[in-house]
Amino acid sequence: MNPVLPAAAERLADVWVYLATTPLLGLTITLLVYQGAFMLYQRSGFHPLANPVAMAVVALGTLLWATGTPYATYFEGAQFVHFLLGPATVALAVPLFEQLARLKRLWLPMLGSLVVGTLAATVTAIGVGWVLGASKATLASLAPKSVTTPVAMGIAEKIGGLPSLTAVLVVCTGIVGAASARFLFDALRITDPTVRGFALGTAAHGIGTARAFQVSQEMGAFAGLAMGLSALFSALALPLVAGLLLRWV
Amino acid sequence: MIPALATLLVFQLLGEALVFALAAPVPGPVVGLALLLLVLVLRPAWLQAIKPTAQTLLQHLSLLFVPAGVGVMLHLQRLGDEALAIGVALVLSTLVGLASAALTMAWLMKRVAPAPQPVDGEQP
Repeated sequence: MNPVLPAAAERLADVWVYLATTPLLGLTITLLVYQGAFMLYQRSGFHPLANPVAMAVVALGTLLWATGTPYATYFEGAQFVHFLLGPATVALAVPLFEQLARLKRLWLPMLGSLVVGTLAATVTAIGVGWVLGASKATLASLAPKSVTTPVAMGIAEKIGGLPSLTAVLVVCTGIVGAASARFLFDALRITDPTVRGFALGTAAHGIGTARAFQVSQEMGAFAGLAMGLSALFSALALPLVAGLLLRWV
Repeated sequence: MIPALATLLVFQLLGEALVFALAAPVPGPVVGLALLLLVLVLRPAWLQAIKPTAQTLLQHLSLLFVPAGVGVMLHLQRLGDEALAIGVALVLSTLVGLASAALTMAWLMKRVAPAPQPVDGEQP
């Protein structure tokens, strides 16, 4: 057996272990893997089922698992990407401002949609989870999953859920919403892009909004508005509603 | 780009500070969004300065969710144990949320805010 090969492999492993301790690696692989996933998404003609977040998460998770890299180590680098969620939320003011005239005309339909959509999603999540025997901590982590990540984590903490599990469920919800919305809306004969965008932002927060922006600026603006309003409404109403439901189950 | 990024961060910072000072249950960036929107209404000239950077950030919004999503590896045990309940609840409630939000809005729009006539050049 050639002794050079195992030695080289060991050296390579050493290099990985060294690099894995610096934030550079986590940040770089996040961008590279996402770029690859996005190219596949583009190649598919932006097909909703080829969701780039889902592909990137699976690829990165597999890579970390295969190399035995702990999530905390990876997050040292990935946190720089994660951090941008804050400024990106603030940036939603721009498309909102550009749609302001229509927002003023549609405030009542939007308010109704927001309240009904948010509460229906929460009640269904808790109800179905409870019927199928999910534990209480899981139910509390599921309840705020239609809200954007930082808000959802805060709500989960308040009602006895696991914030980090909620973060994952939020991302899964966004992926399911972004992947299914076109088919669902077509089946329901919802064609108005303002309605499609607003519902997507209400039920699937930022990932739904990202998907909406890839379809059109108009749809994206309404999705972004829904995401912002739903964050406000949910932060106020969900601890109360979900807290009450969880006391019953 | 730097002035725009600084503006976004300043408004996020203001939002976080307000939320902390008032012990409000809403997240800082959402308050920052509301404040920036208010400033844009009062000073529309600000729009051109921040628009390109804001659009760039929002075009890549889905990238920003990847690090949190990879956290799935911390919860494989629980997700495996309760896979059926979590999976069904998640998919069903997302579909119910999407459908109920869309149907409510479409229904209310027909009642209270009829679409403008196509005469004014707007596509339906």
